[in-house]
Amino acid sequence: MGWFNKNNKAEIKIKKSEDTEKFISPNFCFKIGGEAGFGIMSAGVTFSKIASRSGYYVFDYAEYPSIIRGGHNVMQTSISSEPIRSQLRHTDLLVALNQETIDLHKDELLENSGIIFDNEKDMKLEGIPKGVSEFGIPINKIARDIGGSEIMRNTAALGAVMAVLGGKIGHLKDLITEEFSNKKPEIIEKNHLVCQAGYDYALEHYKDKVKNVLKQKPKLPSQIVISGSEAVALGALTAGLQFVAIYPMTPISGILHALALYQEEYKFIYKQPEDEICAVNMAIGASFAGARAMTATSGGGFCLMAEGYGLAGISETPIVIIEGMRGGPATGLPTWTEQGDLRFVLHAHQSEFPRIVLAAGDIEEAYHFTAKAFNLADKYQTPVVVLTDKQINESHMGVKAFNTSDYNIDRGKMFLTKDENYKRYELTSDGISPRSIPGVGNHFVANSDEHTEIGYSDEEAKNRLEQMNKRMSKLDTCAKMDMEKPVLYGPNKADITIVSWGSNKGAILDAIKEFNNVNFLHITWMNPFPSEVVGNILSSAKFVLNIECNYTGQMASLIKEKTGYEVNESFLKIDGRPIYAEEIVEKIRKLL
Amino acid sequence: MTLKKDLKTPIDINWCPGCGNFGIWKAFSDAAVEKGWDNTNTVLAAGIGCHGHIVNFIKLTSFEGLHGRAIPLACGIKMANSRLNVFVFTGDGDCLAEGGNHFINGARRNHDITIILHDNAIYGLTTGQASPRSPKNKKTKSTPDGNHDEPIDPLRLALSAGATFLGRVYAGQPKELKEMMIAANEHKGFSVVQILQPCVTFDKLYTHQYFRENIYQLGNDYDFTSREAAFAKTFEWGEKKIPVGIFYKVDEPTNESQISQIQQKPLIKLPLKRNLSKLLAKYK
Repeated sequence: MGWFNKNNKAEIKIKKSEDTEKFISPNFCFKIGGEAGFGIMSAGVTFSKIASRSGYYVFDYAEYPSIIRGGHNVMQTSISSEPIRSQLRHTDLLVALNQETIDLHKDELLENSGIIFDNEKDMKLEGIPKGVSEFGIPINKIARDIGGSEIMRNTAALGAVMAVLGGKIGHLKDLITEEFSNKKPEIIEKNHLVCQAGYDYALEHYKDKVKNVLKQKPKLPSQIVISGSEAVALGALTAGLQFVAIYPMTPISGILHALALYQEEYKFIYKQPEDEICAVNMAIGASFAGARAMTATSGGGFCLMAEGYGLAGISETPIVIIEGMRGGPATGLPTWTEQGDLRFVLHAHQSEFPRIVLAAGDIEEAYHFTAKAFNLADKYQTPVVVLTDKQINESHMGVKAFNTSDYNIDRGKMFLTKDENYKRYELTSDGISPRSIPGVGNHFVANSDEHTEIGYSDEEAKNRLEQMNKRMSKLDTCAKMDMEKPVLYGPNKADITIVSWGSNKGAILDAIKEFNNVNFLHITWMNPFPSEVVGNILSSAKFVLNIECNYTGQMASLIKEKTGYEVNESFLKIDGRPIYAEEIVEKIRKLL
Repeated sequence: MTLKKDLKTPIDINWCPGCGNFGIWKAFSDAAVEKGWDNTNTVLAAGIGCHGHIVNFIKLTSFEGLHGRAIPLACGIKMANSRLNVFVFTGDGDCLAEGGNHFINGARRNHDITIILHDNAIYGLTTGQASPRSPKNKKTKSTPDGNHDEPIDPLRLALSAGATFLGRVYAGQPKELKEMMIAANEHKGFSVVQILQPCVTFDKLYTHQYFRENIYQLGNDYDFTSREAAFAKTFEWGEKKIPVGIFYKVDEPTNESQISQIQQKPLIKLPLKRNLSKLLAKYK
């Protein structure tokens, strides 16, 4: 039986149980909240980078509604001296730029937590737990008087944060300089003065309450702080992306933002299409002409791409599609996370064609799988989908800088010489035919109709069988040549084996650190599916707990379909919020 | 050099005898021979409808895509390899119903491609339903009481959307059609050639005879650089007053001419391997 959280409030309210306490040390959770338009997200990322530059591991997570001004935005960063891969439920330092932040998040504060608020505004602190340190800072006044605009309130607040956490103000100033490098020097200077004033005020008034959370440690070698969307963009650039068309949509717009800026420097094309139908067809056209091509969307946009998905399949045109899942059908929960599209991408489009579907579990996998997807697409001449979700796309994590030079570009069976007997869809033992491109001199037809080896439309039964068998056999070749086994994390023998996929990976890895008798099987290849390995591991496990962010347990049913194995229990979450490590710990404790 | 025999394929042509598509096919073949369009320099994209079969009858590398989606395919092809002549074969249903959004936005972006619009004002392949070009009150299988809807004028639509070359020809004018296709291809920008193409099986109104009797050639006194004049001309239709010829032709920057990274070499010739260390440093 699944576990459903019907009440958002219950999600936010945390129990100050032993489980929660476990996560307090060595982890620290910073949270900043305010109205949309207050620069909450940029302040949050700045904090993550400061923590990273101060020598800590970081993971951040943003919650916001689907509007630009007004509405509650909040960003939190978990920092730790040990690797950390998910967001935490409690808050150690809350920065409240408006009253709503206090009202909505005061229950997350623990004894010894702290709250920074504007003591010149009439902010009500009723209900704050006992023992919480209160840091009143005239945030707006500092921004207005010293910076000349309240827009710098997030800078003033971050200055105070640096003081109460014992951090180096220089890191904040450096980041301001980098952030505004294209702006006038006065803007940088004003922001520097504002953050210094926030810092000075906090030190002057609260010197005895300073906690050395951000005390400079030796720097983590080559750590970068990057979002999943940015990692996808970097993966694509590593793989030699040449053409990308993306229609904006949460949570994947970050991919196009990261790419569009660098198209001249790295010599590729980003084009904004009129819709996702155009996006996928443009990318297919570019790929047919020889370019490494990609598109990205969320579930709603993928509905429109379903048609082009199958076109790439039957015309055997390589294409990479990033599908960043968000909550709900139709418009649903646009800015929240979910894992509801697994079955959709496995079955979308009429009839059958070979599709390769990978699901990234974290930001590093988002990079590696995107890069890998380009080689797989070219090699198997078919669409490759990389599933991500809002939790991956829009969170940032401190990761070791990607080694981009290690990647080998494999264009597969490219055929670029002129040959009078060339056959685009030649029958071959591995199902993969030589791929030529327009302009080489070889005649062929890429055809959405069933077609002959040349590509001419043809509906004869024998030809249909040959071409269908040829195409579908590419999946068998892929399973043999390229499919990777899922990783089993934790001890080989365990009392509970968790099976999961996608972004739950982070919270599960953070949770199982608490136990020595729980392991975790993370599945990343959805099609082809590593049936044998998954079946063997699960059928020899003592107790299997499946964890997913969807209603019906799509992975559990896929496992049953592919292996015959039925999981013992599913822990399912569908409220748009990601799984928290604390929830998993509580669940495991109940089961043990 | 392209010879007529080089363009022959082993596939039997399956259009109805007398279909306007034969004229389009022949004119395009003649243009290819005259201009040397071959598999080193030319590519075709087609949608779905009777028109789309043309890719089986001309031995030039083609992509027969989805219904209504040939224009985005062609845009992608042109951006990937801007040295190719890119032709889109499309029908009135394909281009104006299913693919209307792509027609508008392709024109707006002024991609350097040529749209060959087979306009028979009916759905032929699906055996005779109304199309966006079917006249009001026309009875078809889908409009047994007469069509309630106004037809779209594709040239007026393309003009308002930003296309930079607009021409109209009747499928029974082989020489004019060939010349129009060449002129449209040579024009840098989104070129639309509307071809009045009788469907001899499902339409008894827009017949060969009808067009022979009712078209007239735009004269030397017509200023095809005037947007206003072109707009006015698109409203002319009916007995003895169907204008054919170049409606509009202006030079504007194309989508492809504005992408700096493909001005020296086509996209597919640019290096895939990149040094990303500078970009990585931004995430420190």
